[in-house]
Amino acid sequence: MKVNVYVTLKPGVLDPQGKAIHHALEGLGFGGVADVRAGRFIELDVADGTSDADLDAMCAKLLANTVIENYRIERP
Amino acid sequence: MKTAVIVFPGSNCDRDMAVALEQVTGRAPAMVWHRETELPDGTDFIALPGGFSYGDYLRSGAMAARSPILRSVADAAGRGVPVLGVCNGFQVLTEALLLPGALMRNAGLNFVCRGVPLKVENSQSLFTASYDAGETINIPVAHHDGNYFADAATLDRIEGEGRVAFRYADPVNGSARDIAGVLNDAGNVLGMMPHPERAIDRAHGGTDGLRLFEAALGVLA
Repeated sequence: MKVNVYVTLKPGVLDPQGKAIHHALEGLGFGGVADVRAGRFIELDVADGTSDADLDAMCAKLLANTVIENYRIERP
Repeated sequence: MKTAVIVFPGSNCDRDMAVALEQVTGRAPAMVWHRETELPDGTDFIALPGGFSYGDYLRSGAMAARSPILRSVADAAGRGVPVLGVCNGFQVLTEALLLPGALMRNAGLNFVCRGVPLKVENSQSLFTASYDAGETINIPVAHHDGNYFADAATLDRIEGEGRVAFRYADPVNGSARDIAGVLNDAGNVLGMMPHPERAIDRAHGGTDGLRLFEAALGVLA
């Protein structure tokens, strides 16, 4: 079973990489971009029937640093 | 005095740290590989060195913080054994939740590698007792992910508890409140981005780092 995990910086946490990407987009002439936030996408191939609790624990214990990041789990 | 340096795949300041520890204690530290599950018996000082453990995969320090030896390091820290994490070692300590906050990509996105003036905020800790409060010392930094972040309540708390050991005298990497080094609540775990082990000999351009080791290791001697 494929599970998608999206890890994103919490609102209010400065994202220097997002800012750099934003500047680069402007440099390429793309106007009208108000903000860019960069995150991480992780695809897990897990056993069918893996519980929500286990997936949540994987995110909280390793995949995301909950001091600075939020995560969202997308099951098929 | 039995010291130990934890070595991860990708550590690159482990030997510099060993030189500093041996210079002060007269005895070479045990070099403990990350796959070990136990520290040598009687270890009374632990250093987590700088470098790029596990290639900084996922987040700086994230994989190292989950390696087998870190359980023993956390147990030892809980018993009051002094633990010093420098640079990547600081990142590992935050990822292992032994210190509050997180270290993010430098605000300027550049790798910063130079000597920086640091203000000693707390001269009462076992690591910093050789300094005067408010004294400015010079210690080199060399990092890409040294931008210290914690929420405002956490920052207020650690400042109020005297747990900010060092601050950058001038902004270096975007760190919240210019924090360069943080102590745990018991005061026996210090994480700092600057490298004291690179300032232990006049040939390094200064010996301000040596004083940290003398204080930390002298207390125990």
